[in-house]
Amino acid sequence: MSILVIAEHHHGQLADSTAHVVAAAQAIGGDIDILVAGENIAGVAESAAKLAGVGKVRVADDGVYAHQLAEPMAELIAGLADDYSHVLAAASTQGKNVMPRVAALKDVAALSEVIGVESPDTFLRPIYAGNAIATVQSSDALKVLTVRTTAFDAVETTGSAETEAVTAEVDNTLSRFVGEELASSDRPELGSARVVVSGGRGMGNGENFKLLDGIADKLGAAIGASRAAVDAGFVPNDMQVGQTGKIVAPELYIAVGISGAIQHLAGMKDAKVIVAINKDEEAPIFQVADYGLVGDLFEVLPELESKL
Amino acid sequence: MKVLVAVKRVIDYNVKIRVKPDHSDVDLTNVKMAMNPFCEIAVEEAVRLKEKGVASEVVAVTIGPKAAQEQLRTALALGADRAIHIETDDKVESLTAAKLLKRVVDDEQPGLTILGKQSIDTDNNQTGQMLAALAGMGQGTFASEVQVEGDDVQVTREIDGGLQTVALKLPAVITTDLRLNEPRYAKLPDIMKAKKKPIDVKSPEDMGVAVASSLSVLKVESPAERQGGTKVASVDELVDKLKNEAKVIA
Repeated sequence: MSILVIAEHHHGQLADSTAHVVAAAQAIGGDIDILVAGENIAGVAESAAKLAGVGKVRVADDGVYAHQLAEPMAELIAGLADDYSHVLAAASTQGKNVMPRVAALKDVAALSEVIGVESPDTFLRPIYAGNAIATVQSSDALKVLTVRTTAFDAVETTGSAETEAVTAEVDNTLSRFVGEELASSDRPELGSARVVVSGGRGMGNGENFKLLDGIADKLGAAIGASRAAVDAGFVPNDMQVGQTGKIVAPELYIAVGISGAIQHLAGMKDAKVIVAINKDEEAPIFQVADYGLVGDLFEVLPELESKL
Repeated sequence: MKVLVAVKRVIDYNVKIRVKPDHSDVDLTNVKMAMNPFCEIAVEEAVRLKEKGVASEVVAVTIGPKAAQEQLRTALALGADRAIHIETDDKVESLTAAKLLKRVVDDEQPGLTILGKQSIDTDNNQTGQMLAALAGMGQGTFASEVQVEGDDVQVTREIDGGLQTVALKLPAVITTDLRLNEPRYAKLPDIMKAKKKPIDVKSPEDMGVAVASSLSVLKVESPAERQGGTKVASVDELVDKLKNEAKVIA
């Protein structure tokens, strides 16, 4: 078996998620190559070469792959896929955008958000917002997977793989990058943070989310939100933790003013330790929290910040 | 410009699901079904494009059992002009759905095809991307804003860490994210009127697509239940437990 892992990178940095996808590839077993595609990505390729267990880094450095648009990326990957039994990417917005397109170009099924590997053709994946886990077997010669990165521990950076340039004739007449607006933040990325502090509808408004800042600063935490808080317009959608937002599995998850709807629990129930702060002692969040504190968050948060 | 919008019948999002005792699947007997929430957003966007004069006709399509016509009637009540029902009782995986939709796109030649980004049953998030690949079109997935300008459509996409805007050459495929719009409720007169709108029923065989899948579900299980822990009485106790019992903070 041979596996191609699609590296994810942003602004010249290899994303942490790639090391987790390599771990999933190791669980499948076989030779592992990484594809780094983009523009001016020598640094990314260098970081990818250090990931343990990687045999070869294939580098496609061309302006057509800048911004990782799905159309040229899928064409490139589909062109390389014949050398492999599996193609894997993170189940990020990037991986989810590109990989089903690759699968369709190769006329094979795709498996999304894989959380476990039972054998090289049998995988576990959540369905119904994580309320059920399906074991799915694929009979395709090529398996195209996106991997939920929180389900696999990152590999070490002890490797020294060789790099090889990929030359592919790919052009893109279908789509064009116009611009992006990225939230600038000194905080860790929500998906890979060791600690996450999230606010829900109980925060009352967007302004009150500032009450989470001090605690997040002290704990080095990322700040998240429930879908209710996003729907109410308190905070942007990219902060959403849940079935339709980000899936997180930090060491510590602090849920503030979050009732604990199924769709939110689906996004955070794999956290090692869950703390819930809510004034409603009947809130379902307390059924999954390791430590629950019933109280008014407007009193609890300042006190917590001062005592950390 | 014609807009094609795909909708799916799924379990109502408020229903708590149960796994069948034999672990073959999720139990859907006597469970409330509804239009997938992301598909509602897709229908709303198509109807708004028509209201703005960008779209000339909105065609809704679904793939599923006879009962899925309920969801087509909902789409018609919300403002779609006519509907296509590809009727099958078989389980249809994303790739097959994309192949069937590709046939509809070939027949109807829509300028835009809008789908939900994922259905809340299988959570695959694949069909739109697969359809775009098969049709040789550009894709604007996870859209939070759609603007048709001349021969292009500009799509603002919800990506990890922010927003990305791409311009796609028409015809193109769009999948909806939560913030694209807030779907309206169907009004009673519209629901009545929808009953008279035409639904064209076809079978996958008519369309020359075999409903087959290379994926087989071996079993479906409930996830490991997380046990709730203890309540703490004060912030001091909480900080103490986190430091000394859970050891997750220093």
